[in-house]
Order: sequence, then structure tokens, then C-alpha cells
Amino acid sequence: MSATPPAGTASLQLARSNRQSPARKRVDRFGDLALFVICAAAALLALLVIVLIAKEVIEGAQPAISRFGLEFITNSEWAPPLEQFGGKGVILGTLITSAMALFIGGPVAISIGIFLALLAPVSVRNVISPLVEMLAAIPSVILGFWGLLILGPVLVNTIEPFLHDTLGFIPLFGAPQTTGNSVFNAGLILTIMVIPIIASVSRDLFMAVPRDLQDGAAALGSTRWEVIRGVVLPTTLSGMTAACLLGLGRALGEAIAVAQVIGGATESHLSLFKPGGTMASLIALQFPSAVSKLHTASLYYLAALLLVIGIASNLLASWVGQRFGGAAGATR
Amino acid sequence: MSVFRRRAQEDFDPTQPLVATGNLGRRHVVSRVIQSIAVAAAVAAVAVLVIVIWAVVSHGAKAITWDFVTSGYPTGVGPYLVGTAEVVAIATLMAMPIGVLIALFLSEYAGRRWTRPVQLVLDVMNGLPSIIIAVFIYILIVAATKQQSGLAAAIALAIIEVPLIARGTQEVLRLVPEAQREAAAALGVARWRGILTIILPAAAGGIVTATLLSVARAAGETAPMLLLNSLAKGDAVQLNPLKEVPNVPVRIFQLSEEANPEGFTEAWGLSLILIAIILALGLGSRALLNRSKRKLTR
Repeated sequence: MSATPPAGTASLQLARSNRQSPARKRVDRFGDLALFVICAAAALLALLVIVLIAKEVIEGAQPAISRFGLEFITNSEWAPPLEQFGGKGVILGTLITSAMALFIGGPVAISIGIFLALLAPVSVRNVISPLVEMLAAIPSVILGFWGLLILGPVLVNTIEPFLHDTLGFIPLFGAPQTTGNSVFNAGLILTIMVIPIIASVSRDLFMAVPRDLQDGAAALGSTRWEVIRGVVLPTTLSGMTAACLLGLGRALGEAIAVAQVIGGATESHLSLFKPGGTMASLIALQFPSAVSKLHTASLYYLAALLLVIGIASNLLASWVGQRFGGAAGATR
Repeated sequence: MSVFRRRAQEDFDPTQPLVATGNLGRRHVVSRVIQSIAVAAAVAAVAVLVIVIWAVVSHGAKAITWDFVTSGYPTGVGPYLVGTAEVVAIATLMAMPIGVLIALFLSEYAGRRWTRPVQLVLDVMNGLPSIIIAVFIYILIVAATKQQSGLAAAIALAIIEVPLIARGTQEVLRLVPEAQREAAAALGVARWRGILTIILPAAAGGIVTATLLSVARAAGETAPMLLLNSLAKGDAVQLNPLKEVPNVPVRIFQLSEEANPEGFTEAWGLSLILIAIILALGLGSRALLNRSKRKLTR
């Protein structure tokens, strides 16, 4: 290094400034350690928040847990003035609305994924993809407001009577009520919220399926659908399951939009067209005006149940994705 | 697949030219039908988007005047807009450094062993219903201090934003070429200097994108605001985050709960402003992301 190269270029200046002096070494050793510690602390903080959330919510629910125990889940009476709390009605409502969102939204969203990834020309895909993602960006409070004022009246005047007349023998399709605030409305709003999530994940999955496999199947004489059914769907099955679980998590936890359109009832019933409630929406509706400590604790109990279900569906989604491999597994 | 199985069962003679079997027509029809279903699904999703946005625009445009945007309760919504901007800004100032640091930890330090658990924590955090985060902060702060505040809501929003920022940042950090890290190391640059002066600047565009997206998400979050910051009346701008700060989502929610036609008009107007801001942020960040990705992968 005795022949010093001519100064000038940025990299040479950098190299020169990096000549190792003891002071510099000390600074660097400290800097390396400090940055590592800060980054690791941030990651640790995230973990800490999750643990704290679980601890605080379950602790807050303790009075209700010790008073009602597991009967909370099977008891359908929710009467704040009587200090009587049972979550069966809203748990059932949560299950019905989420199932509706998943059973309607799932197939539609996967079809959209198929269209975007495999059928649409690139120019069309580049227009439709952002539009579908825009649907996910609409705030839930606005979607709920729209459901309340626009979708509700349409449902109660046309669609609900029609479904009741044709499928009324199934208890799900009971007599329509006078307002559009119903479990059915909430289920449809959740469907709209779930579709863009599942659609964009499944689009990415389908785009990752190796072209060679699809071309091979096509060369053997498969039609477009046979390529999709025989190659694309089987290789992405686990990914689609994970995507649906993600959507389910969203549907289970949505509070505001559901609170606006479901009507805020707490009794347990199966009719789609009556007002109902979900766990998350009941918390949003009653938490600000809880009448007693036990009332608040019971709402915490619901939150704790929701938390357990939410974390479980997330872990399951991650496990399914890991265990059964993504679309990349097809190349191995 | 039925078509292959059937071929194998028959005496297959490769020298014979391929002839359409009897069910070829049906297979084509099935394929066409399914393709049209896929197209119809995409059209339906876009139609729902158009219907919702059209409803918001057509009803909301009637409400919006200069006075509506600038004055306070009961004729205007100015304080709500300022309040939302304030709370979201505080949330983002807290969430951005933490999100970026987590992403740095994942891409630069974690290695095989720690990537999965940290990633899992982020996924769980991302999947947590916002109402649960709201309940958590309520117990931690509002119940303890007996005072709703914009700051409490901002902390809840920050918890929502951190995983979004971390994931977005992580994706761009992955695009920074390994050669740049190696070149820095070869020149004798200490690791932390390399990260701060070479890797982070290269990823800056992506970080800004992820932050904008998380701002768009936080601006519309209602559940934390409703539980933690919903008592302000909105007749004046409230700049002190330790007090209740008026904000847009809670106002829309409250108006939708009252059966009052004038209130509905105000809610439509607020919805239009909120949705316009959110979509502008979304489109802007998308354009920015494409630009910075092109720069990195060139």
C-alpha cells in the first residue's frame, strides 16, 4: 500500500477513510454491537407486545371466567342489567357470518386469482389487479356505512323475500324483517372484505406455478380448465388453504363494519335475516357503554376467545404453508 | 385427469394421428364455462368496487363545500380531519423506526435460526383483530389513567402499522444486491456503517412505500379510535394528544348509528374525503414502489 493510488473516485476515498486506526476500530466494534442490539430489541418488543396482549386480555377476563367458566360458551342469555352473560348467540353469529364469507368469498376469490394469473392478458391483469387491491383498501367503517344505507334496503326488499320464498324450508332462510340490518347483510359485507385478501394471495400462488408443468399438460391435450384442475390447483392447495385461513381470521375479527349492519342483537338463532351479533362487533358496540365490571369482564372474555381463535388460525395458516410447501414445491 | 387415464386404457398406438374423441366437444364446453365463471368473478369484484365508490362519490359530493371542510362541529368536519392526521402521524412516527429495525434484524442479523420465529410473530401481529389491540391498550392505558386520549389510539395504530412496515421493508431489503454488501465488506467498511450508509439508502424508496401503505390502513381504522379516543365533540381542533382528539372514523361510525338524514350526508362527505386520501396514498405508493424496484433490479 506504499504506492498511493490517485485520489478522486468515491470508492478510493471510502477505502482511505477506512484505514484502521485503533480509535476507529473501537467505534466500529461499538457500532456493530449497538445496531445489533437495537434491531434485536425491536424484534423482541414485537414478541413482548403479543405476549402482553394475551396476558392482559385474559387477566381482564378473569372475573367473567371464574364466574361463568366454560358455560359462557353454551349459555345464550346476554343480559347486562341482570349480570347474566353467555356468549352462545354471538359465537354462533360469528361462525355463521364467517362461514358465509368464506363459502361465498373463497370460491369467488380463487376464481379471480385464476383469471388474473392464468387467463387474463398482461394488460388486463395490470388494470384489474390494482382494482381488486383497492377493494381491500376501503376502510371497514365506510363499507359498513354503505352496507347499512345502500345494501340493506336492497336486501330486505328484493333478495331476502326471494330467498325466503324459494328456500324458506331451510331454517337459515327465515322470514325477512323490516330493516336491512341482519346477519345476512353482515355476511355479505365480510364476503366483500375477504375476497381481495384471498384473491391477491391466490393470484401470486398461481403465478408461481412453473410454466413448464402447465405447458406439459397442455401439450398432452388438456384443455385450459384441465390444466388448471390437474396441475395448478393441486400444486397450490396448501397455499390456498393458508390464504383462506387468512381471510377467515379477517372475517372473525372484523368489528366495525359488522357492528354497523348486523343490528346488535345477542340472542342465539339460526335465521340469516334477523338481527344478530358477532363477538368482535358486540365488543365494539357495548364496550364504550358497559354498565358493570362483570359486563366489561365478559366482553374481555369474548376478546380472549377471539384472540385464541385468531392466533390459532394464523399459526395454522403458517403451519399449512410450511408443512405442505408452497407452489415452489412443484419444482422439486 | 380423466383424459389421460382414458387414453391409457385404450390400445394406444403412437403412430396413429391424434383424433378428437367423442367427448372433446364437451371438454371444451366445460373449459369455456369455467373460464367465463372466472371472468365473471373478476367482473363482479370490480363491479362491487365501482358501486361502493360511486355511492360514496355521488352522495358525498353534495356535502362537500369549503365551509364543510374548514369549520367545526356542527356544520363542518375540519377538526376531525386535523385530528385523524395528528393521531396517524404520531402512530407512524412510533411504528416506522420499529418496523424498519425489525426488518433489518430479519434481513441482516437473524440468520436461519431466528428468521422463522420472528416472522411468525410478525404474521400473528398482522393477523390480530384491531379490536383486540384496542381492548389491550384500553386495559393498559385508558383504564389505568381513566382518560381517553389520542396518544392511546396512536399506540394502538402503531401496533397495527409495525408488521405492515416491517414486511414491506423486508421485501425491498431482499432486493438489495448481495454484491453491494460484499463490496462494502471488502473495502473494510464495518457492518453497521454498511447497513446505515449503503443498504438502508438503497431501500429507502421501499420503506417510504410501506409506510405510506400503513398510513392508508391506519387512517381508516375505527375500532381503536372508538374504544380509546371517541369522546371528543369536534367543535375545535385539539392538538394535545393527551386529550381526546376528534377523528374521522369515529365520527362516521357515530353518524351511521344515529338515524338522521343530515348526519348521513355529513358521513358521506367524510367518507368521500377519507376514501380519496386513502386511494391517493395507495396509488402514490404503488408508483413509488415500481420506481424504486426498477432502480434496485436494474
